[in-house]
Amino acid sequence: MADVLMPRLSDTMAEGVLSHWLKKQGDPVRKGDVLAEIETDKATMELEAYDEGVLERLLVPEGATVPIGQLIAVIGDGHHAAAAPAVPPAPAPPPAGPGKPATAPEPGTPTAAGTQIRTSPLARKIAHSHGIDLATITGTGPGGRIVRADVEAAAASAEGGPAAVAAASPPPEPGQAAAAAAADGQADDEEVPLTAVRRITARRLTESAAAPHFYLTGVIDAGPLLAFRAEANDRLAAAGAKVSVTDLLVRACAVTLRGHPQVNSSWGGDKIILHRRIHVGVAVALDDGLIVPVIRDADRKSLREIAAEARVLAERARAGKLAPQEFTGGTFTVSNLGMFGVDHFTAVINPPEAAILAVGAATEEPVIRDGQLAGRPTIKLTLSIDHRVLDGATAAAFLRDLKDTLQEPLRIVI
Amino acid sequence: MAVISYRQALHDTLRAELARDPAVFLIGEEIGVFEGSYKITAGLLAEFGPDRVRDTPISEEGFVGAAIGAAMLGLRPVVEIMTLNFTLLAINQIVNHAAKMHAMFGGQVSVPMVIRTPGGGGQQLAATHSQNIEVWYAHVPGLKVVAPSTPADAKALLAAAIRDDDPVIVLENLALYNTKGEVPDGEQVAEIGRAAVIKPGRDLTVVAYSRASVIALDVARQLEDDGVSIEVIDLRSLRPLDRDTICASVRKTSRAVVLEDDWLSYGVGAEIAATIQEGAFDFLDAPVRRVAAAEIPLPYAKPLERAALPDAGALAKVIREVLDATRFAR
Repeated sequence: MADVLMPRLSDTMAEGVLSHWLKKQGDPVRKGDVLAEIETDKATMELEAYDEGVLERLLVPEGATVPIGQLIAVIGDGHHAAAAPAVPPAPAPPPAGPGKPATAPEPGTPTAAGTQIRTSPLARKIAHSHGIDLATITGTGPGGRIVRADVEAAAASAEGGPAAVAAASPPPEPGQAAAAAAADGQADDEEVPLTAVRRITARRLTESAAAPHFYLTGVIDAGPLLAFRAEANDRLAAAGAKVSVTDLLVRACAVTLRGHPQVNSSWGGDKIILHRRIHVGVAVALDDGLIVPVIRDADRKSLREIAAEARVLAERARAGKLAPQEFTGGTFTVSNLGMFGVDHFTAVINPPEAAILAVGAATEEPVIRDGQLAGRPTIKLTLSIDHRVLDGATAAAFLRDLKDTLQEPLRIVI
Repeated sequence: MAVISYRQALHDTLRAELARDPAVFLIGEEIGVFEGSYKITAGLLAEFGPDRVRDTPISEEGFVGAAIGAAMLGLRPVVEIMTLNFTLLAINQIVNHAAKMHAMFGGQVSVPMVIRTPGGGGQQLAATHSQNIEVWYAHVPGLKVVAPSTPADAKALLAAAIRDDDPVIVLENLALYNTKGEVPDGEQVAEIGRAAVIKPGRDLTVVAYSRASVIALDVARQLEDDGVSIEVIDLRSLRPLDRDTICASVRKTSRAVVLEDDWLSYGVGAEIAATIQEGAFDFLDAPVRRVAAAEIPLPYAKPLERAALPDAGALAKVIREVLDATRFAR
């Protein structure tokens, strides 16, 4: 018998979502077979079997969020396959009848549901000293073992949480309370559980809020840039290739960053890290979050290479198939919302990078040229900067040079 | 305090003990004219003469027996056996005689003998010259087994072994001879049977001895950067075993991993794990894990030898697994 545990698939991973089982209960498995797809912080990764045998039990339903180390399946010799249901039913509610306090069953004693409570000795000791019934606690250790953290969480919520309120006033009949809550909840609000991507997006952007930001906005005459793009695409049409405004921006930022190493840097806590290589991230919207695939060494790649790579990365991002090295290690980020008709916005820095460029739509604006009023396509660029790393004049010089590059687009490619 | 090698610390201590007590003498293969296979006894024949530094034929059972007799009659022999593997040729003398005399003669005699011998693999010396069978001796009442991991302990534990009235096996390690460390000046005599907390920590206890202690300390320092606070216990003595220090640590950290160079089954780690569940059961939040050598005769080929011996990567992986299994939050 071999236990299959939720693996740690990245350094920052604390839990994974079991998105799909690719094997069924009872299937024979060989070493290296893919058992399931697991959604981690940002990517969907394959879980391979390390053992050979028969997949006897699948212990986690699809879509469930599982902490690393928890038992999710059992590979055995096939003799126990029929013994357990494929996926366990939802745990039975704690057996707490009105007026009769629940008693903690002896550990290891079968409960009414026929399952055993697994607990570490320390967890049992702490539960006993707090008077907590182990049957009311969901274990998050291997095989559902209750560990110290589970008991401490239960004790904390019992002291400071709703339980304290309930103790002060007569508790409502459980049925009534549940019905009322359900009616309230369903009427106006819907609770959407966080996906792994949503959660990590929230965490990363909250980190960013700790950085003191300042913003610089500039306007470019986008006429030459759009003309250049049209011409480039005419030439590339025969080869089936196409260049977007974002691709031009990525390359323009990359070549401009070469002359502004301070902008191609990151905040290192007690130091500033200047990056010799230029890796430009491009923010890509997903259905349920945001991800920033990274084009490495963007200053050393041709426009066509950048365009091809950006398209592949964006497709892989939307499919949730990006490998960790494809969305980490960026040194600067471009976020373009022009295609949505947004004129101007400020972007949140992707930590620990020092700056991010927010790009609005190209819009026809009245401008005065040589004393004459004329309509010109313009784009508003806004740089968000981490003030711990960069000061205004340094960032302004970068934005000035970036504008010059974009307004003379031949400089993007030479 | 000087920084010297483990080898130098052993040499200096032998020299100091020879000078201090005329009852002390050295005996073993190639220790005199050749100055020792690992040069621990360099210069001592010239300084103390052939009565105090005695070369022997290749005859482990013979010269260990001679040392036992000398010890029973009041001398303090320090036997060098070229490697731990060759003690097997003398195991009857060690286990059936040295370990038993004091009890079987009703306390009328004791055997104040030291056997110095290096164990350990990793030197491409192949299966018969790379074993960690110290646990065979640690199993036997009547013997003491110490295993210094640092030059300072090499000095203090060897001195303590020479002055102890019972037979003591001093387990050295081939991989440690060239390691360096600070060694306090002057006379240093350790208390045999006392483990050392060589790095205090809060989150997990790693128990190790000899070479493994050095690895454990390295891993603990690396994990410190990740916000994990590891307590490292260097056993220093396998018999007597300092169970109190081990259990006190686990009562604090609630997680324990043993790193040992010997084989897993029936090894030192098994004894530590049993000690912890006897002395700190209610404080454990996860099963005690053991990181030990692969259960095969150690291969000669370098990549296979490396794969078979426990290393820092294997220890760090198991530590992370234990932390994950207990929802350790940094």
